[in-house]
Amino acid sequence: MCLAIPAKVIKINKNIAEIESLGVIKEVDITLVPDARIGDYVIVHAGFAIQIIDKKEASITEGYWKEYLEEQ
Amino acid sequence: MSIKEICLKINSLVRDLDKKSINIMEVCGTHTMEIARNGLKQLLPPEINLISGPGCPVCVTPTIEIDRMIEIIRNYDITVFSFGDMIRVPGSRSSLAYEKSIGKDVVICYSPLYALEFAENNPDKNVIFIAIGFETTAPLSSVIVKRASDKKLKNFFIYCTHKIIPPALEVLLKDKEVRIDGLLLPGHVSAIIGSTPYKFISKVYKIPGVISGFDSEDILKAIKMILIQIVRKKSKIEIEYKSVVKEEGNTVAANQIREVFETEDSMWRGLGIIPKSGLKLKPDFSEFDAKLKFPIRELSSREPKECDCGNVLKGLKKPDECKLFAKSCTPDNPIGPCMVSSEGTCAAYYKFYRIKY
Repeated sequence: MCLAIPAKVIKINKNIAEIESLGVIKEVDITLVPDARIGDYVIVHAGFAIQIIDKKEASITEGYWKEYLEEQ
Repeated sequence: MSIKEICLKINSLVRDLDKKSINIMEVCGTHTMEIARNGLKQLLPPEINLISGPGCPVCVTPTIEIDRMIEIIRNYDITVFSFGDMIRVPGSRSSLAYEKSIGKDVVICYSPLYALEFAENNPDKNVIFIAIGFETTAPLSSVIVKRASDKKLKNFFIYCTHKIIPPALEVLLKDKEVRIDGLLLPGHVSAIIGSTPYKFISKVYKIPGVISGFDSEDILKAIKMILIQIVRKKSKIEIEYKSVVKEEGNTVAANQIREVFETEDSMWRGLGIIPKSGLKLKPDFSEFDAKLKFPIRELSSREPKECDCGNVLKGLKKPDECKLFAKSCTPDNPIGPCMVSSEGTCAAYYKFYRIKY
């Protein structure tokens, strides 16, 4: 339930950011992370970015997600 | 450090323990699933016993709450938005999924934003979002309630079953039956609340706690950090998931929760009523409270017969010690919530340890 995935912010328009994760582009709400900037990686939970993460960690976790999705 | 190196370190730490075995409870359902999926139990020495705690919001929601939601659906003309996990959980007599199958307007959504958008676009329909989840999800509900308030929506409501984690941990630590030597603390709840709300675990109960990330390496590293504390007879709250969890958490999100919700006593399946462990809308936002807007009669509920979810949630029993497990209770035909939720302990056992059954 508290599942969240890392994604890269590619565009920001007020409280809505366009993010990219594993090649999928999606809009999320960034009200809870007002400091998010283009190029940042964020953790996304149910349509909202809930925290900003550092890039190195995002790529590690993303590797793990790819593995997970291939299994499904 | 590679997984092999972490495991070797864990093995050498276990040799320094002065106890025969230690119990480490993982509090988060996502951790339960990752541990099972990656076979982490099998990588650990037999002295380390991983037990699953009450960290799946769907699983700890008592039957009576589901019965009440269904009673509202049956008595009022409304559209209900719910996360997918929730809709298959059996109530005493029905489930949201069953109500949907007989024509009630139940919609599965990925984000509460969809429920709000639907309410805005359909002013003639009353819309309820079933707000479930721990501190990770509660700020999202805060944001949409505030937005509904700013937009002066009169047809949007939440049915709030949000709960918070620290009071439940205190109940488990006080319980003489449950023996916990270390806690693997939830990563994304902590992304919001930080590490400070857990301080009582180390200060009062002298138990180590480590906030962990979600891949195998994170979880094993956190277990190693717990063991180091046990061997050194220390107890403190540490953060393994440093890239996401700050000591102070996400203060913007935590303030959103405080602005919209206040705590109340709340019923947890298996744990009973825990003081100040639930969230309810503050009086300023009570016009969005589905429980007030759509009153229902008193209901009597019954927990599923012979289902041992309560003991599983406290870590007192393993799923395969329940009479129903993998027999009448399976993911396709779940009897208890721990089998329904994709992050329930029983579902994890069924999916990944079933080689035995």
